[in-house]
Amino acid sequence: MTDRNQAHMLLEIQQLSFIEVELNLYLDTHPEDQQALAMYNSTHQNLMQCVRKYESIYGPLVNFGYSPGMQNYWKWVDSPWPWEIKY
Amino acid sequence: MWLYEKKLQYPVRVSAPNPRLAKYIITQYGGPEGESSAALRYLNMRYTMPTGRAKGVLTDIGTEEMAHMEIIATLVYKLVEGAPLEAIKATDFGAHYADHGRSLYWENAAGVPWVAAYVSATGDPVADLHENLAAEQKARAVYENLLKLSDDPLVNDVLRFLREREVVHYQRFGETLMEVEEYCRQKKIF
Repeated sequence: MTDRNQAHMLLEIQQLSFIEVELNLYLDTHPEDQQALAMYNSTHQNLMQCVRKYESIYGPLVNFGYSPGMQNYWKWVDSPWPWEIKY
Repeated sequence: MWLYEKKLQYPVRVSAPNPRLAKYIITQYGGPEGESSAALRYLNMRYTMPTGRAKGVLTDIGTEEMAHMEIIATLVYKLVEGAPLEAIKATDFGAHYADHGRSLYWENAAGVPWVAAYVSATGDPVADLHENLAAEQKARAVYENLLKLSDDPLVNDVLRFLREREVVHYQRFGETLMEVEEYCRQKKIF
C-alpha cells in the first residue's frame, strides 16, 4: 500500500526534520550560537519545500490547520499511518 | 497544545516477525526506563523549572520522547503483526497475547504494567535535572541490553538510533543543569 516514492520522500523529510530536532535541542542550551541559528533557518526552508511537495501528493502531514487539506476529500484518514508504512 | 505529525521520526523496518524480541523491546514502551516514562517525566517537570532554557529543554526533549514511544510501538507492532499464533505461543509473548492480543500495552518485559512511581518530581530543579541525567543513562543501558538480545540487523539499526538520542539528551540535560545551578547561585535560592 505504500509506494516506493512515498517512502523515499518521507525519508528526505525525516532527514531534514532530524537536523532541525538536533539543532533545536542544541539551540535550547546555546541560544546565542549564530552558526547553529543560520543552519536551523536554512534547513527550515528546505524542510518546508519537501513537506509541501509530499503533502500535495500524499495528503497532510500535520492536521488542525497546519497543513492544507486536499480539495475533494479529507485525506488525513486515508493515507497510511506511520506504523503501517513499508520502508 | 501539541501537534501530531503523520510520520515516524526514524524509519522502522524489521527483517521478519519475531514475537520473542517484541516481548523484550516492549519494556522501552512501558517499562521504568522506557520512552513513555521519559516523556511524562520531562513534560511533568517543566512547570517548576526556573529558567526559559530549562523549560525549553524539558518541553522539547519530552516531545521527542513521545516520538520515540511511537517508534518503539511501531517496532513491537511490526514484530508481531505477521507472526502466526503458533509462533506467539512458543514464546513469552504468549502471556502478553492472553491479555492484550496483538495490541500495545504499557508494560515492562516481564509484563508488569506501567506505574507513575517510575517517575519522580521534587520541585527542586537541581534534583529533578539529576533525575533526568540518570534516566538517560539507564535508558541507554537498556538499549544496550536489547542490542545484545536482538539478532535482527534492521531492528538493531533503530535501537542504535534511539540509544544515540539518549546520549545527546544526557548532554543537553548536563548543560541545563549547569545553567540552572548558576541561576540558583545568583538568586541565592539554596
